[in-house]
Amino acid sequence: MLEPLPGAAPVWRARCDPGQWLAACLAIATAGGRLGSLWASDERDTGKERAGALGGYSVHALMVTYDGLLWLDLPVSAQVAGYPDLSGIFPCARRMQRAAFDLVGLRALAPDGTPPDSRGWLRHGAWSAAIHPLRRDLALTEQLAPGDPRYAFVAVEGEGVHEIAVGPVHAGIIEPGHFRFSIVGERVLRLEQRLGYKHKGIEKRFESMSLLEGARLAGRVSGDSTVAYAWAYAMALEGMAGVRPGSRALRLRALLLERERIANHLGDLGFIGNDGGLAFGLAQFSRLKEDLLRSNAALFGHRYMMDRIVPGGVAVDLETAGRDRLLAEADSLEAELRTLRAIYYDHAGLQDRCINCGRLSPKTAAALGVVGLAARASGHAMDARVHPGFAPYDEFVPKLASHRNGDVAARIVVRFEEILESLQLERSLLQALPKGELQVTLAEPPPGACGVGWVEGWRGEVLVALQAGPAGRVRRCHPHDPSWQNWPALEHAVLGNIVPDFPLINKSFNLSYAGADL
Amino acid sequence: MISLSGVVAQFTELVLAVLLAPLLTGWVNQCRAWLQNKSAPPLLQPYRMLAKLFQKEVVLAHNASPLFRAAPYLIFGCLCTAAAIVPTLGTDLPLNAAADAIALVGLLALARLFTALAGMDVGTAFGSLGARREMLVGFLAEPALLMVLFTASLISNSTSLATIAETLAHKEFVIHPSLAFAGIAFTMVSLAENARIPVDNPATHLELTMIHEAMVLEYSGRHLAMIEWAVSLKLFVYSCIGLVLFLPFGIAGGGDWLGLVLALPALLAKLAAGGALLALIEMLSAKMRIFRAPEFLGTAFLLAVLAVLVHVLLER
Repeated sequence: MLEPLPGAAPVWRARCDPGQWLAACLAIATAGGRLGSLWASDERDTGKERAGALGGYSVHALMVTYDGLLWLDLPVSAQVAGYPDLSGIFPCARRMQRAAFDLVGLRALAPDGTPPDSRGWLRHGAWSAAIHPLRRDLALTEQLAPGDPRYAFVAVEGEGVHEIAVGPVHAGIIEPGHFRFSIVGERVLRLEQRLGYKHKGIEKRFESMSLLEGARLAGRVSGDSTVAYAWAYAMALEGMAGVRPGSRALRLRALLLERERIANHLGDLGFIGNDGGLAFGLAQFSRLKEDLLRSNAALFGHRYMMDRIVPGGVAVDLETAGRDRLLAEADSLEAELRTLRAIYYDHAGLQDRCINCGRLSPKTAAALGVVGLAARASGHAMDARVHPGFAPYDEFVPKLASHRNGDVAARIVVRFEEILESLQLERSLLQALPKGELQVTLAEPPPGACGVGWVEGWRGEVLVALQAGPAGRVRRCHPHDPSWQNWPALEHAVLGNIVPDFPLINKSFNLSYAGADL
Repeated sequence: MISLSGVVAQFTELVLAVLLAPLLTGWVNQCRAWLQNKSAPPLLQPYRMLAKLFQKEVVLAHNASPLFRAAPYLIFGCLCTAAAIVPTLGTDLPLNAAADAIALVGLLALARLFTALAGMDVGTAFGSLGARREMLVGFLAEPALLMVLFTASLISNSTSLATIAETLAHKEFVIHPSLAFAGIAFTMVSLAENARIPVDNPATHLELTMIHEAMVLEYSGRHLAMIEWAVSLKLFVYSCIGLVLFLPFGIAGGGDWLGLVLALPALLAKLAAGGALLALIEMLSAKMRIFRAPEFLGTAFLLAVLAVLVHVLLER
């Protein structure tokens, strides 16, 4: 029984049993759909009224289909605490399932009753395997007993095979993550990632907040995508409250989102050049990015535009002078960008590093359910701004940039094209900024109301699933970063490449640690 | 026979090399920053770096052997000796009788050997990785360097660097086409040997891409200071070899006191120009894939062989 959820994103919700759970996933995978997100929740406090004997916990999956999102709820009894494993259908489900076990204690089980991977993902020995922090009987302030930090990496054996362990502490100032390479000579035979070092209990923290307070926390899940997260959270909450922000507010939101995309792409292009040894690129792109961030600070009051999108609308307005400044900035940025693009494309040394380096074939990308920029660079033209095209992108449709090669060079090309397209969008938005109110007031959503936000951030689609508790509190909030799907793809993209090319490949994906570690 | 001017030249030259080497590094860094439109670090920054490192505590791995502790001094010693036999101010160097161009290549190889052994000593993945890559670069670069030196030796009929400098600087001016080939080959070899872009990136923080830096990751305190100083010395020595072979003008002959005094500003000017050129080359290139290094150094070797052939065929 599909129940449509109100809101800007086309979402249907359905409860299912384990058989339907697998059948639905299989049908969606066959029809070309993919897994958007998977998480679990503790429903023992409401178990009696909702599902009788079956109640206890729930596993939730957001499926992305052609028509929109399908939110599947699978009630799981407290005695079994297991549900059918999806990683056979959607490989990207594996890490989400391991995280769901660490946090709530529900085990994904293969048909033979064994878990596909019983190692912890987010836990890291900070708490013992018997404790599941997202269970409701565990207080937020509780001191957790440390657990066993040991972790069994998959060993590769053979003549001359050895391992290199990199991270979580790196020589540069970057986010923590551990990479275990199994190599022969310089060739990478296998890469195994271990993430979760930035787990800070964001989902637990949400549950102690009101729905309105949660917006600020959502904007801090992954700082480089703060606009996308804030919008996705606002979209979910507005759906639950049954309101739609005005046209001016929506267009300002799109303006902020495009500026976030441009800033991040500029930064990445610089760092990709730098990792290729072309420090000139980093200097130039850093300058362009800095100019953009300074305009943000001057016009919107924050360099990264944090907390500028609020539930119900936006917290900033743009005057005519600001509009003119942004239009002039767009023109000069475009001119400089075209010059730099010519230099990047014509630089034999840089192209030699990037072409055919870190290839993610369209087939592998589809099998792994890769999303966002990485998917577009591997031949899959998907973008939530275009399809389903949430407002105001139904009126301002971006032209998608995609590439078939799936290598570092392709991801550079897609970034350049997306900046140019975002500049174009920015101009259209600025020239068609209607008068109107910036915020609408939100009614308090009824307890149990659910909403989903679905926004295409610069890295890929950001999903926020939100459930209201009594008195305007958050009952459960699950923010989902596109990095969940794309991190495993990086493991595949480096196969057969040489070790010193890894930093370049990694940077061309530039995935979020904080966003996936939560 | 050892002359007074020779002793003075030898002594000044060694002290100058040790003292000026960090300045050259600072100058190259400054040029690099300017070319990137950045405000540059102070010219004396490398000295401050050394002073800082000398004051810091040394942290040693538990399983570090005596070799690991001795290596920085050995490397520094090798490069000091190398600096002593390359004529920079005058050609009348008493130590020059003891070591010729082939011994110079050997000294540089010895320094490399100790760096690589020290890199592997502690047993971290990065040290061995760096040592492996360094040896790959080294065994390809050395023959090319030898061929370059042989070209100059054939011209001056001696493998002694002082005689080479003497011949090229003070004998009748002759254009040697072979030196043009040798010059390009030498530039390529120097880039590789000094861990500069396009072969290695001295400024990188990416452990996986490092060559030289990966070998010295485990060093700290005064050990690291000695190594950093030795790295500067190596760049200085290579620059001076280049100047001896291709721009020897201004180097004083034996007993020429005035020439010895004038040689210093000439040397500084030439080094400044060379450092700026190095920064420009680095700025314009991307770092190449590690397996392109054999092609790069193979090309250098080919050019060096061509230089010898050109000399044999055209200049005899």
